Amino acid sequence: MACRQLWASRAASYLRISVFHRGFSNVIKDFKYVDSHEWVKVDGNYATIGITDHAQDHLGDVVYVELPEVGAAVTQGGSFGAVESVKATSDINSPISGKVVEVNEALNSSPALVNSSPYKDGWIIKVEINDSGELNNLMDSEQYSKFCEEEDSKH
Amino acid sequence: MRGGLWQLGQSITRRLAQGDKKAVARRYFASDAELKKTVVYDFHVANGGKMVPFAGWSMPIQYKDSIMDSTLNCRENGSLFDVSHMCGLSLKGKDSVPFLEKLVIADVAGLAPGTGSLTVFTNEKGGAIDDSVITKVKDDHIYLVVNAGCRDKDLAHIEEHMKAFKAKGGDVSWHIHDERSLLALQIFGCCVIAHSFAPTSCYLFSHDLVMVLLLLRFLQHLTKADLSKMYFGGFQVLDINGVQCFLTRTGYTGEDGFEISIPSESAVDLAKAILEKSEGKIRLTGLGARDSLRLEAGLCLYGNDLEQHITPIEAGLTWAIGKRRRAEGGFLGADVILKQLEEGPKIRRVGFFSSGPPPRSHSEIQDEGGNNIGEVTSGGFSPCLKKNIAIGYVKSGLHKAGTKVKIIIRGKSNEGVVTKMPFVPTKYYKPS
Repeated sequence: MACRQLWASRAASYLRISVFHRGFSNVIKDFKYVDSHEWVKVDGNYATIGITDHAQDHLGDVVYVELPEVGAAVTQGGSFGAVESVKATSDINSPISGKVVEVNEALNSSPALVNSSPYKDGWIIKVEINDSGELNNLMDSEQYSKFCEEEDSKH
Repeated sequence: MRGGLWQLGQSITRRLAQGDKKAVARRYFASDAELKKTVVYDFHVANGGKMVPFAGWSMPIQYKDSIMDSTLNCRENGSLFDVSHMCGLSLKGKDSVPFLEKLVIADVAGLAPGTGSLTVFTNEKGGAIDDSVITKVKDDHIYLVVNAGCRDKDLAHIEEHMKAFKAKGGDVSWHIHDERSLLALQIFGCCVIAHSFAPTSCYLFSHDLVMVLLLLRFLQHLTKADLSKMYFGGFQVLDINGVQCFLTRTGYTGEDGFEISIPSESAVDLAKAILEKSEGKIRLTGLGARDSLRLEAGLCLYGNDLEQHITPIEAGLTWAIGKRRRAEGGFLGADVILKQLEEGPKIRRVGFFSSGPPPRSHSEIQDEGGNNIGEVTSGGFSPCLKKNIAIGYVKSGLHKAGTKVKIIIRGKSNEGVVTKMPFVPTKYYKPS
C-alpha cells in the first residue's frame, strides 16, 4: 500500500506541466485539506470529500474513479478509493474517520467532473463524521496553498 | 519497442520495493541529476515539456497538451517526437548480413536494398533480448535502431558475437550513431496526401489536410526525393535542407510517418521547421501519448510485452520470422522457436477490452471460473476508443477473440474479453 501510494504520487507529479502550471491551484477558503491532496467540507455531523484542484491538475485527464460502498467505514489517512488517469493511478485518502453515507454516482459515467469541477460536481463521497476533533489535524486553505507551493518547488 | 511510461513505472516500483523511504528518495534524486539530455532538451523545456527520467535520459512525457489530446491529435493531424534516446547503429562489411542473421529472426538477406523490417534479437533460449527496426541500406550496410532501455546489453551482445565472428575471418564492423539525433514524425493521411500530388487520384481534401499537404511539400522540397514512392519500411539516405539524413518510413503509433536520423547539430532546426510549416497541426508529443498510441496500435513495448523469457512466437511475431529462416533457423534459440512453430506455444499475447478501472501491467487475468490464465503486460484507457484496452498473455487455447475473462484490479474482478489487435486500425503507407 505504501509503495503504491508513493509510486502514484511520484507518477502523478511527473504528469504535471511545469512551465504552464498556475502559480497556485485553486482552493476554497472554508474547506480543510490534507497533504495527500484531498479536501473536506464540513456540514454539521456530515462532511463531503474530494480531491483538490492541485491533485487533478497533476493527474491529468481522469478516466475512472473507484468509489467505496455506502456504509463503508473510512479512517483518517486511510485509502477509500482510487482515481485513474490515462497514465497514472492514485489512491484517495480520507481526511477524517467516519461512515460513507453517499457516493457521487455521476462519476461512474462522467469521471472528468473531477477535472472540470473538483470542489463541486466532482465531489467523491459524503461521510458521517466519527470524531470532529480530527478536523483540528487538517490544513486550512492558506496552509494548504503554502504546502503545495513548497511541494512543487521541490520537484 | 520505442519507449513508454510504464517502463518508468515499473522501474520506480522495483526501486520502491527495496529499502526504506528515505534511501529511495535519495537514490531517486541522485539519479535525476545524472540523467542524459538529448540535443533537443532545451527546446522541449522552452515548449512546456515536462521532463521525466526514462532509460537513463531526461525525456518529455508531456507538453502543454494533455496526454489525451496529444494522442488524439496524432491520429487527426500528426505528432513530432524526440526519440534521440534510442540507439542507432550501422553494421558494415561484406559479411554484415550473415553476421546479423545469427542474432535476429529476420530474413535480412531477403530484404531489398532500401527496405527494412521489425525484428527481434534472440537469446539462446529463443527469448527476446530486444526488438529493433533493421534496414538494409546496401548489401554490405545495415542500419538499425534499438531501444534506449536495452542499449547497453544489446551493444555488449553484438560486440561479443562480432568478436567471435571476426576471429573466424568474418568481415563486419560497426559504428554507433551517437553523433546523430532521431526525430519521429507521424502524420495522418500521408498516403492520401502523397497520391494527391497527382490531381486525378485526389479523393479526399479538407482544410486540415491542406496543412499536412504543405508539410509534405515542405519535406519534398527539402529532400528533392519522391516520397510518394517510399513505402512503409522504406529507407533512404538523403539531404533534408542540405543535411544528410537517414529517413525510414516507419513509426510506433500505427500512423504513417518517418523516423529521421539527423546530425545532432541540425536536429533542433529541423524540429522547428516541421512545427512551423505545419502551422500548429503537427504538435510536439511526449512519451505519455506515444505509449497510448503504440498500445492502441497493439505494438509491443520491450520490458512490458516482450522480455528475455518471451519468444517471438508467444508474442505473436511469427510473421517477422522470414520464410527461409523458418526452414533454416540459424539464429540464437532457433531450436526452441522452431519447435514452438511446429507444436504451438503454451502462452499467447492477446488484446483485451475491459470494464471498470483501466488494467495496468501485472493485473492478473482469470477465466470465468476464477482460475489464473495469465497476466496483463500493458494496459490503460484508449483516448481514441474511450474505453479500456490491454495487452497480455494467456494460456494457449484461451486466446481466441471473444473469450470472456476476468481482470483482477486491486482485488476486484472486472469483466474483460479477448480481442484482436490493433485496437485502432493502422494507416501505414503501402502500395495499393
